[in-house]
This record gives sequence, structure tokens and C-alpha cells, in this order.
Amino acid sequence: MIYFDNSATTKAEKEIIDTFVTVNEKYWANPASIHEFGHHTNELLQSARAQVAEVLKTTKEKIYFTSGGTESNNLAIFGLVNKYKLRGNHVLISEIEHPSVLEAAKMLQLQGLDVEYIPVNKDGIVSIEDVNLLLRNDTVLVSVMHVNNEIGAIQPINEIASIIKAKSRAVFHMDAVQSFGKTLVNFEEQHVDAITISSHKIHGLKGSGLLALKNTIEIDPILYGGGQEYGIRSGTTPVPLAVCTAKAIRLANSHVEQHAARLKSMTDDIIFFLKTFASIKIISPEIRAPHIVSFAVRGVKGEVIINALQKEDVIVSTSSACSSRQTKTSHVLKAIHIEDDYIKGVVRLSFSYMNTIEEVEHFKKIFTKVISVIKGD
Amino acid sequence: MKWEKILIRYGELSTKGKNRKSFITHLKNNIKFSFIDLPNIKMTAERDRMFLTSTDDLEIQELIKSLPKIFGIQSFSPVAACTQQLEDIERTAIKIIESLDHQDKTFRVTVKRTDKRYPLDTYELQRTIANHVLRQFPSLIVQMKKPEIDLRIEVLSDAVYMMAEVIPGAGGMPLGSNGRSLLMLSGGIDSPVAGYMLLKRGVRLDAIHFHSPPFTSERSKEKVMDLANQLSHFGATVRLHVIPFTEIQQSIQSQIPENVSMTTTRRMMMKIADLVREEIGALGIVTGESLGQVASQTLESLTAINAVTTTPVFRPLISFDKLEIIDIAQKIGTYETSILPYEDCCTIFTSSCPKTKPKLEKVEYYESFKDFDELIKEAVEKRETYSFPTKKKNEFESLL
Repeated sequence: MIYFDNSATTKAEKEIIDTFVTVNEKYWANPASIHEFGHHTNELLQSARAQVAEVLKTTKEKIYFTSGGTESNNLAIFGLVNKYKLRGNHVLISEIEHPSVLEAAKMLQLQGLDVEYIPVNKDGIVSIEDVNLLLRNDTVLVSVMHVNNEIGAIQPINEIASIIKAKSRAVFHMDAVQSFGKTLVNFEEQHVDAITISSHKIHGLKGSGLLALKNTIEIDPILYGGGQEYGIRSGTTPVPLAVCTAKAIRLANSHVEQHAARLKSMTDDIIFFLKTFASIKIISPEIRAPHIVSFAVRGVKGEVIINALQKEDVIVSTSSACSSRQTKTSHVLKAIHIEDDYIKGVVRLSFSYMNTIEEVEHFKKIFTKVISVIKGD
Repeated sequence: MKWEKILIRYGELSTKGKNRKSFITHLKNNIKFSFIDLPNIKMTAERDRMFLTSTDDLEIQELIKSLPKIFGIQSFSPVAACTQQLEDIERTAIKIIESLDHQDKTFRVTVKRTDKRYPLDTYELQRTIANHVLRQFPSLIVQMKKPEIDLRIEVLSDAVYMMAEVIPGAGGMPLGSNGRSLLMLSGGIDSPVAGYMLLKRGVRLDAIHFHSPPFTSERSKEKVMDLANQLSHFGATVRLHVIPFTEIQQSIQSQIPENVSMTTTRRMMMKIADLVREEIGALGIVTGESLGQVASQTLESLTAINAVTTTPVFRPLISFDKLEIIDIAQKIGTYETSILPYEDCCTIFTSSCPKTKPKLEKVEYYESFKDFDELIKEAVEKRETYSFPTKKKNEFESLL
């Protein structure tokens, strides 16, 4: 099987599964218990937290383990808005955010906040001028994703950050679910206040992730209870998942530059190949994340291509796993104004360091065959 | 920003006559101790300043982060280097100002022209660079007296050095320049702060802690070990002596009337501390006592407790308010550990109404019925000793 759908999820690393088993066997106490066993388990949890804090360049008190990207995004949106509500009630998000940000923002709107959307250009990139126009002195939160999950567009995070800093007192949240492990992500590289990371997109386990804050930022909880995770995320901390998250983050971060260079040359090669078809339009912008290639075939439904490739044991996706089950057109593709005869034929290839050049070559052969059958030429 | 070297200003030590040389040696050793894992750093010490250089930019960054913790440094500045080319000097000046918080700050340029052959004279160079910087950063306000940003340029024959930022150091005196003392470390908020104050004046520390298993848990001991470890981050090893105290506490409990048992307990602790102090060759004992804070810290109590020894007992917090102490504890990072809620030997067996004005003669009379000296000797012999900083635990490494 050739798996080119790594933006939907990735295969868990063997080493990480081993860690999960060992922690469940040896350190399964409740880290909040005051007996030695609990204390020891807590030491492991704190080491995991400290390791993550070191990678992200913040303090360990600002790392909150969660159930994944969606929870972290919700925590960031509601938690930050609530904490800093005295600064205003205006919220800015880009129009191509993940549903876990978009829907949370809609909820804020229902609660009476003033939510505005930053438009993107045809490359899926927000313009600094738009941010500048939309920012107000009562803007409390700005949330912009680092890399878009459907087309791989990279947002100019630091330029947005400096304009936010100059013009408002808003806190700046960045959803880094698609960018972590593909480019360097930490509070020194990106001048943001909050970062969301999901484990299963970086060969960790499903159901885990985290929200990290810059050391000067505070947040209110959205889950209430026993006060675990410094009171920000109640519920017994799943130590095995937290440890695996820390490990996935370390592994993904340790070879990020080499992996990115390799992925870039693989996807450049695929784009070059796809451009030889007259009926194909590349949707991913020139400046894109190294692991995502989005393209569209004129007059063919994306689903047809996916099914045809699947018969040949090649797994790809339409725009994204979250929106591919919905019948309506993706909000991202709408936002970048894809022409009508292409918009239904979008296919997304997403790679991980586990993919090889041999797989790319094999894909090219299969794809040529499949297209000639479908298009009949 | 890429820095060439770091300039360190000594501070108080610059005023110390003949001892200067030994102070500088101590400071050098402390810096070396803190940067044992940065192999490329070179030091050159001058009369009133020191330069640290490294070929590795990351090491310089690491230094900038850790130098503020080392005692004996008044302030330090990262220094950039460039060629004598005017464009190069201008470019470097811009980069330096950019790296600082420069919005609406007052500003001046100071030039020292050591290479007298340099074509522009001091004033010309000052004006040229200042003009260039002001064009780039129009919000800067020129002010010759005490500006917030003082861009200092030194023209040498082979290079030009430039700096603007002055980062405050920890002050105080280099560790080891004032001998060794023994700190009574309870695990509360005050004692680590008292230790820090002595460290700041250049005193090396050993710490002593009283442990009463099974009434006090392993965790309360670990808490004290954490505190000792945190104190070692200020630039010198800290040894911790853990005294088995259960037996002594139990015999106090059975021998001494309840309302003065606390006073006797403290007196026994002081006796033990004094024995340990003698053994390790320390000169004084340090406590975190603050006048009137609790029953054992009234003047009468302090007198009764102090009567067991003639060794100088230092109480740097004697006149501090609790809130002032908490402030320092938070600043030096021991507060979070100190407030962990484990029972220690002072909170078990406590009397509900201890005497705040114990009479020394009475206390001595009650104690005379029991031979505590034997128990004390035994406790000192059976003590456990730990040394900090310890290497990190590797137990979890394979999992993470």
C-alpha cells in the first residue's frame, strides 16, 4: 500500500507504541496521588512536560496536554477570549481555518462577540493589509493557522504578529497541527502567544495533543474539575499519552530540516509530473508546506480519482478528511476561488518522512494509467 | 543577532584593594563551573572588566541566558564586531538597535577611537552613525545625559566593537570569596531565601535537614533535596546533610513538658548543626528565622535556642516581612517547591500552645534529666550526605 494521506493521520511510530505499552505497564498510577507510586508517575509526566517545553521554548507550566488538535483549538479560542475579555470582544480569524477554530468562533459569535474573518488571496494567504485594516484596539484574539491542511499554504505568521503587537493588545493563537515537524515551530521562531499541536499528525497516537502558551500568557479553562494540568485541563492526565506526545514531538523536531528538504524534492517532482497533464491544475501555491500537494482534474470528480487509485492500492484524499464527507464544497477552496470546472475534482496528496522516492515513481505510473482510463485519452 | 563576545563588569569587587586578585580568580572559577558544558569559551580578565569569547554563536546565546545568575557580576553587555568599513559599521549599528526595545527611547552614540589613523574623527563618526540610525528609527530621541540606549563604538586597528545593551547581573560577590557556612534547611519558604542571601555575599553553603521517618515522608526529603539543588544553580556545589531525627524527637516528646518541647527541639537541632559545622570546617550557621514570625522566633526563644553555641548564627531575614521573603523566593525560583504540602519534622509533634517567652533556666532544667548528647552524637554519625547539582535522572530517558 502506498499511503499519501498523511495530513489526515499518520502511522504511529513503532518506538512510540512501545513507550505507550511500557508506561501503561510500569507507570500507571494517578500522577496526582500522594503515594510514592503516584509521585513517581508524576515525575515521568513532568519530565515529559519539561521536554516539550524545551522544544517549544517556553516554561513547562505553560504546556497543557489535551485530547488533540480540536480540543486544543477550542481551549485556545474560548480560554484566551475569556481570560482577556476585559481587553475587548473583537475576534479575528482567517477564513481558511480548520473547522475546530471556525465552529468555535461561530459559537463565540452566538455568545455576542464580534467575530470577523480575514480573507485570503488566490494562493490561500492572508494579506498583511487586511489584518491591518481589520485589527481594532478592542481586538482580544487573533487565530491564524500556520499551514493550511487542504492546500499547504504557509501564512506570514511573524508579519501578522508584529502588526498585532503594534496595533492592538490581542493575543495571537497559531494552529500548528499541519506545520509541526515539517518546519521549525517554537515561540522563538514564530512570535505567537499560543500554539496547538496534535500527536497523530506526527506519528504519535490518536487522541492526544497539547496547547502551549508563551510564558507570559495566561488562560482560563473550558473543562472544570480536579484542577489537573495547572487547573487548565481537569481530568486525570493520561500519562502514557502525554509521554508519547512528548516523544513524538522530540522525534518530529529532531530531523525537521532534513525531512523537509527531502519532502520538498519529492513533492516538487510530483508537481512537475502533474503539470504535464493538460487537464490538471495545481492548487497548492508556489510557497507551500513541503508535504502537501493539492491539485484538481478538470471535469472529473475527486472521489472518482480517489476510488480508482484505491483499487491500485494507492491511498490519497480529496481536500481534507474533515470536509470530504460533507457534500458541500470546501470553505478553503471557495475562499481561494477555484474555477467551477475544477472545484469538484480536487485531490490532495500529503506526505510524511516514511514515504520513499520509489513510492513516488510508482504513483506516477499508476496515476498515468488511472487518468487515461477515466479521461479516455 | 550574532555577537562577538561578552563584556562583564565586576561591580562591588572593583573597590576591594589587595583582595581583588583572589576575587577575580573566584569569579572566573564560578563562570567556568556554570559553563562546564560550553567547551569553546575563552576568558580574558582585566583590572575592572572581563571578556568572554566563543567561536560558537549558540554558546554566546547560552551565556547571555545564564550570566544573570552568577554573583559578583554587576552587569554585562553582548558586543558585536565588524570591519572598519563605514557601511559595515552602519549596518551593525542598525542590527543592534533593532535587537533592543527601541520605541520612543532616548539615545546617543559614544565613540572611542583607539586607532588614531581612522579617517573620520570621533565627532564625525558619532554624527554619521547617529544620523544613519535616526533615519531608520525616527522614534528615537537624542539625549546626551543618561540616555536609555547608549550605542558605544570602539574603533581598533583590526576591528570595530559595538554594544548598546547593558544587562544587569546578580550583584554581590563571587562565590567562595567569603568562606563556608552551614544552612539549616527546613523545606519552608524562608530557609532557601536565607541561603540565597549568604550565597550572594560569596559564602559557600552546606545544608542540614532533619528527617523523622516514618512521620515525615520520602517526598518531604526529596523536596528539600530539590531546594538544595536549586541553590546549587547559583554557581557552586551544595552538600546536603540529612539527620535522622526520629529518636530525638520521641525522647523530647516523652521527657520535656509540652509547652517548651518546641524550644528544646530547636536547641537539639542547633547542637547537631554545630557538630556538623565543626566536622565540615564551616565557620557559621545560617537560619531563615525572622523576628516574631512564629513562637520559636521571638527574641526570648531565639536567645534560649542560641544559648547552646558560641558559633556565629547568621539570620539574614531577621527584619524581613513574610511578603518580602516570598517575593525573593519567587524571584529565585524556590517558592513553588517550598509550598509543596508535605509534613516536615517541625509540623509533627507540635504543641498547641508553645511558650513564646521560654525561660532558659527552666528549659535547661527539664533537659538535664535525659542524656541527649549520646543521641545527638549517634544522629550526626548516621547522617546521609548528598551533593548537588546531581546529574539528571536517566530512568525515563528511554521512554521520552
